[in-house]
Amino acid sequence: MKSRRGRSAGLLVAATALLMVLAGPVLAGEGGESVQGSLETPDGEPVEGVEVVVTTVDGAQVGTGETDAEGAFSVPLPGPGQYQVAVTAETLPEGQDLRDPERNPLTVNVRSGRALTVQFPIGERAGPEGGAPNRFAQTIVDGVKFGLIIAMTAIGLSLIFGTTGLTNFAHGELVAAGAIIAWFLNANSPAGLGIQLIGAALLAVVAGAGLGYALERGLFRPLRRRRTGLVTLLVVTIGLSLLLRYVLLYFFGGNPRPYSDYSVQRALDLGVFIQTPKDLIVMALSVLILIGVGLFLIRTRVGKAIRAVADNRDLAESSGIDVQKVILFVWCLGGALAALGGVFQGVVDSVNWNMGFQLLLLMFAGVTLGGLGTAFGALVGSIIIGVLTQISTLYLPPELKSVLALGALVAVLLVRPQGILGQAERVG
Amino acid sequence: MDLGAILADSLRAAIGPLAIVYALTAMGLNMQFGYTGLLNFGQAAFMLLGVYGSAITVAEFGGSLWVGILVGIALSVVLALLLGIPTLRLRADYLAIATIAAAEILRLIVRSTVVEDLTGGVFGISQFANDFYALNPYPGGRSYGVGPLQFSNNDLWVMTVGWTLVIIVGIMIAVLTHSPWGRVIKSIREDEDAARSLGKNTYSYKMQSLVFGGILGALAGALLGIAQQNANPDAFQPIITFYAYIVLILGGPARSFGPIAGTMVFWFIVAGLDTALRQAIDTGLIPETVLAGADVGIVRFMLVGLGLMILMIYRPQGIFGNREEIGLGAH
Repeated sequence: MKSRRGRSAGLLVAATALLMVLAGPVLAGEGGESVQGSLETPDGEPVEGVEVVVTTVDGAQVGTGETDAEGAFSVPLPGPGQYQVAVTAETLPEGQDLRDPERNPLTVNVRSGRALTVQFPIGERAGPEGGAPNRFAQTIVDGVKFGLIIAMTAIGLSLIFGTTGLTNFAHGELVAAGAIIAWFLNANSPAGLGIQLIGAALLAVVAGAGLGYALERGLFRPLRRRRTGLVTLLVVTIGLSLLLRYVLLYFFGGNPRPYSDYSVQRALDLGVFIQTPKDLIVMALSVLILIGVGLFLIRTRVGKAIRAVADNRDLAESSGIDVQKVILFVWCLGGALAALGGVFQGVVDSVNWNMGFQLLLLMFAGVTLGGLGTAFGALVGSIIIGVLTQISTLYLPPELKSVLALGALVAVLLVRPQGILGQAERVG
Repeated sequence: MDLGAILADSLRAAIGPLAIVYALTAMGLNMQFGYTGLLNFGQAAFMLLGVYGSAITVAEFGGSLWVGILVGIALSVVLALLLGIPTLRLRADYLAIATIAAAEILRLIVRSTVVEDLTGGVFGISQFANDFYALNPYPGGRSYGVGPLQFSNNDLWVMTVGWTLVIIVGIMIAVLTHSPWGRVIKSIREDEDAARSLGKNTYSYKMQSLVFGGILGALAGALLGIAQQNANPDAFQPIITFYAYIVLILGGPARSFGPIAGTMVFWFIVAGLDTALRQAIDTGLIPETVLAGADVGIVRFMLVGLGLMILMIYRPQGIFGNREEIGLGAH
């Protein structure tokens, strides 16, 4: 069984690098300069007790370090400049060799105040065979997984727009609130209540529905009754999103944190791609729930009423549908789905106070691509956006992941603004 | 509670370089949103282009700062065109979404390692505004001001140039909006179909307004970079645009000098609140369990969000605005 070496190694290096960056100023020289890194085997096991020597380019010794139990080392420097970093090969454990012995020692340039991270890969490069075709399949599957989560959260956004005309910029915060409420329910004491994740998730979904209900009943319905314009409402949702986001930050803190259940799992090798069991379950559940919502919208009376109101509000009202009740229901459903999507995202990745805004832009992209106002459009568009986001990692660095999806959003507006399934609207 | 210190901090912020930057960028937004009804939520992107245009011209190509500012302005015109062409024919929401997306795309790209050689990545570019400070007539080595309200000679120079610029721009906007061009712009905000039925090419007018506002945004961004001697992508997150909106709405949309009042009041309150909160925490008035020092920023953002909501709901015309002229309730 091959482990997801690349990703877990990367995560480990990132985590230790983060730790070292935080500890760096304590250990390093006047300006905080230092050299750091971590050594681990291809299986992700840390390599302890290896000596690392830092010298100036003339060969004068500056300092030494030794990798600790996590395989991490940090050598403080007297100041910025050029240095040579060398791993003392004799101190490597039996059977472990540097992958690139020619790249030892490394000559590095440390800028003022920086803690520079260096890499010394150990052992043979292991990982899934097949190279590019497998990576492609992997990104498609990852993309579908991400897209399903976005789809679930975006349905609410699209339906709220369809029934009330409101572009809800606070929808991302509904997602984050769901994830964070579930976190507080799930976390072990003293931070939380220690409820098992499945129960915590269900409670969070109820809370999400409640939040949607409260927002509609307490904020948006009175404003609509006052005949407040849609543009004003849009700006109100922006203020609301700011308020909610920072309330969440206040309570949850700035660091991403995982749930206490299912957080660390071994990935399953499924031939062309790999996924952890929790990822597969999340995907399966998302598909089921999306099918359920779809059937609900098509088959049930309430669902048909929702689609009628989203299609043409006045006509629906004149045919006897209680529009205000439908809108309230849509807000509850949207809030519940958003909360569930947030929990899923927290399971698949981690819970983060800012996850709402990051997802919001992608939700907008998905909904616009698929057709603003239609639930099925949200579904189709979101999955495409999810796949695009993941595929972009094949060609672009990870920090630019959303750029392709956002670019697709702007491109859609250029070519077909009503989206794939939307109806063309003549404006301006 | 040291009221003197709070007052000094508030006043310093209300007339300082940051207030000027927001006055300028809010004036740009005023043209787009206040007068024309365009929902530009990516003003931070125009500011980003203004500062990076200047910084890269100086740092990478060795040009003069003034050429750099022109480059920044040119880039913002291009962005306005790129954003406007697809979205100005659509409903207002689409422009909002597209501009937020564009602002984030630009910020992420500028920040990434791919173009780090050009833009400095997450570290940005520093010390590119020496051409500006070379013209400083105020001698250094002393501080200028009254009592606890003190400014360095560089800050004073930025403030002199900045407020002069703001007043000139304000006069320009006043003249423009009272001209036939301005009347068409306002009619587009009120009822675009009516304007079109009179034969006006509303698309073209909207584009002009977008470009004008974008140029002001670029100027504001360049000024920010000059004042801080630093161009950094994380200084242009979406929150910047939201601040600008509050400044605009607080002062009064569709008033030429509204943003000036807005920025002064906004920064007076925000800086005063920051200092007051910090003092309350330090003196133990607010226990550490409720608020720690690091949370002061969080409270600020919460209040900004809440303030925006309350403003829009109860007083969308701000201090000096005219309720009928808002045009927000129309559709």
